[in-house]
Order: sequence, then structure tokens, then C-alpha cells
Amino acid sequence: MSHIDVSVALDAAAPDAHHHLVTRRTGAVVRTVIERQIAALADGSVAILDFSQIGVLDRSCADEFVAKLVLPMTTERPSRESYVVLVGVNEGHLDAIEAVLETHGLALVVRFDDGVTHLVGTVSALERQLWECVMTRAGAAVEEAAEAVGLALEEAQATLEMLVRRRLLRRLDDAFAPLGAPA
Amino acid sequence: MTAVLTVPASLDEAQFESVIEQLAAVPADAKLLVDARHCRFATPYGLTALLCLAQSRAERPDFAPPEDEQTLSYWARAQFFRHAETLFTIRGAVPKRAASGDSDVLLEVTPVNGNDDVQAIVRRIQEKAQHILNATLDLEPRSTMGFSMTLSEAASNIIEHAGRGGWVMVQRYNWSKRRVGRDVVQIAVCDAGMGFRASLEGSRARALADRWDDPAALEAAVIQGVSRFADPGRGQGIKGMRGWVHRIDGKLTVRSGTARIAPIIPEWDEDVPLQGGLPPFPGAQINVIIPRRMPRP
Repeated sequence: MSHIDVSVALDAAAPDAHHHLVTRRTGAVVRTVIERQIAALADGSVAILDFSQIGVLDRSCADEFVAKLVLPMTTERPSRESYVVLVGVNEGHLDAIEAVLETHGLALVVRFDDGVTHLVGTVSALERQLWECVMTRAGAAVEEAAEAVGLALEEAQATLEMLVRRRLLRRLDDAFAPLGAPA
Repeated sequence: MTAVLTVPASLDEAQFESVIEQLAAVPADAKLLVDARHCRFATPYGLTALLCLAQSRAERPDFAPPEDEQTLSYWARAQFFRHAETLFTIRGAVPKRAASGDSDVLLEVTPVNGNDDVQAIVRRIQEKAQHILNATLDLEPRSTMGFSMTLSEAASNIIEHAGRGGWVMVQRYNWSKRRVGRDVVQIAVCDAGMGFRASLEGSRARALADRWDDPAALEAAVIQGVSRFADPGRGQGIKGMRGWVHRIDGKLTVRSGTARIAPIIPEWDEDVPLQGGLPPFPGAQINVIIPRRMPRP
């Protein structure tokens, strides 16, 4: 996992912003900086985006930065395999992030300060159930997950594969693994 | 021939309509004198809208400042004259470069012309006014960020859609004797740009609309979150503002062209949800009123 301090990226992209992520233009320039940092990581890496030093985050900026950062990662054929986990997110940030993720039908893994990891954004009940199953076990094979939630193997397989495509879980050989710490 | 527009004694959002009515009766190229001599009270909406009025004129209007000393002093501390001097020809003496030491003025009249201005506004509110906001409004931390978010989204609306610069001001009031019965903070964000109707002219909402006028454009932007951009992520700013204002029992109104919408009308106030056929005024004028949080029973 690679730690990226969002405030450092913001300082580099927009020094006058003083740790506040506001306006679309600011969001776009910060996204560009962070896209470069993620592109420099090994394929399949998990980037931990740290918001702990960020003050205000408005929706326009969150849309331009967070949603548009994640959108290309979750296409059917992304140019590379990248994962993102958010940390240091406060309640104010969460309002903006949840809203923009839901607008685009996206979701993200967020690890809160109490160490608990959650899915935020648009997620079906079945996706959440299987994701939590993998998280609590710190990884699970499809057979184990299907049995744990009482699903047919094919349905569990398809849903877990979708969670991988949505960059909410990782494939680890024949099993599925969480991106962040177990819940 | 100079046309005289009389500024009412109390210049708030409702009373500014009387200024617009007078303006509507005057030819676009007429020389104006904006007579504020008898004005004794002005809200952020009134002050910023006066600057928009000047911006909208081809010929630089004249301006007669308030005669009342306290009013004059307040307008100076709110930095109104600093900007008015660039837009009006001031007829009379006004205080020069008054210090903005008024703790009730949380953000003086501030121009919004670009991205840097919005960042500076949020920075100043966070640095200067944060503790006052907490004490005045008793907001929870999540809502405190909502205040700055609302301010930045409203100001961003100018740089994204207006096509010309605008103005922001934030002021605290003690409204214990009014119906709301508590302290409030007012945010006014006004511009004299193209307005919502022209901004959405090329939008899908416009193409699909049976009726297209200022009320329809305001409904599309403020209620449906429609933007002139096809990007589905656009239009979230006003939606976010609306949600936050509703959550904290506040009030939001937006005027543009010949229409005015009040998508959030709290129980402590009365208003008309959507009005059309008003006298025209260029651009968009956003007014937000945030009352102190009610103590839990």
C-alpha cells in the first residue's frame, strides 16, 4: 500500500488553497497530480489517499477530484489495475464524497479514524454482504463466501467479480482479498 | 436626463425589489443616480445587489451615499464603498478605507472573479469567522463544514456560469425579536451575469422543455440540479446547498431574470415557492439565511 497525503498534492497543485478542496478547477488540478502519483505505483497497488489535513471539501471539487479519479479505474477495460482507499475522512468530507459517488453509481472503501473500514457510495445489499464477509475473514475463497452468506456459487462468484471490477476487493490467486484493514 | 432610483430606508432582499421596479422603468442607456441618502439599514443582499446594479449599466451611475452617520460607517466597514467607488461616481463624502473590525460582519463585501477568490473566501471564513459561527449558530462540526461548502458552491456558481464577476458578503444578526426568534447568519452571493436562463440555453433541459422562461430555468437548476454541461456530475453544487440549508432549518432563495425561487421555506418564515413575471434584473442573486440551532427538548 502507498500512502498519498492529499494536502501535499493540493499544496503542489494549488498553493493558495490552504488545505481547502473547493471549486472544480482545484479538484481537477489535484486529480492530475494524484493520477500521476498512482500511475507511478506498481500495477495492482493500493493507494491510500489521506484526507486528514484537508479542511473544507465541497461537492464540485469532490466530483472533479474523487469521482473522476475513480471512474476510469472501474471501466470494463481499465488501462491499469489501481485501487484506492480513503483515510482521514471526517463527516463533512463524507457528505460531499458520498453524494458524488452516488451520482456516478460508484463506491469506495473508506477507513475511518476508529480503524473501521466501510463501503461508501452506491452498493447493493448483496455486494455489501459479500464485501463484509471477505473483510471480516481478511480474505475468502468464493466457496467460503457463498456458504457464509447463503448464496449459489455462481451468484457469489459474479458478485465478487463485480466488486473486484469496482475496485472494492482484490483478486488474490483463487481468493478475494480486502483493500484495507479488516473490519 | 438622469433617472433617480430611490433606495428604500431598509434595503433587504424584499425591499430591493422596489429598486428593481424603478430600474425596469428606465431605458437601458439612461444615466442613473442611485439615491441612498435616506437608507438606514442594508443586508448583504442589498449591498451586493447594488453593486450588481452598477455593473449592469452601460454608463457609470452616480451614487448618493446614506446621510445617517452610523449607516455610512457600517457600509464603509463592510467595504461597500471600496468597491462602489470602482463602479459608481460617488456624490458625497464617504469614509476612506474604514477598518473592517465589525465582528458581526463575518465576510465583508468581497469580489468573486475567479478560482483564487473562492479559495480566499473559504480560507477567510475558516480562519476569521469559524469560532463566531460556532458560537452564533451552535452548529455541529459536520454542519460547520456545510456552511463553508455552501459559500464556496454559491461563489463557484459565479465563476462557472455567470460569465462575469460577482460579490459575496456574510453578516450575523440578532433576530430574537423577529418570528425566527434567534441569531441568524446571512450569506448573499450576487452577480450581474447571464443568469440561469441563458446559462441553460444549450442544455438538455431546455431542449426537452415545453415551456422555457426564467421560472422554468430556475426550477431546472435549483430543484432538478440541471447544468449547462452534459457531465452527469455537474449541477451538484446547488443540490448540496439546498440539502444542507434544509437540514439546518435555514432558508434559500434564488432570483434570476424575472423569476425568484424559494426551494427551502422554513416554518419560521413565509414565502412564495416560485414567482415569475417580476421586473427583470440581470444575473443571479442567492440569499441564504441560517438560524441558530434550536436547543434539543
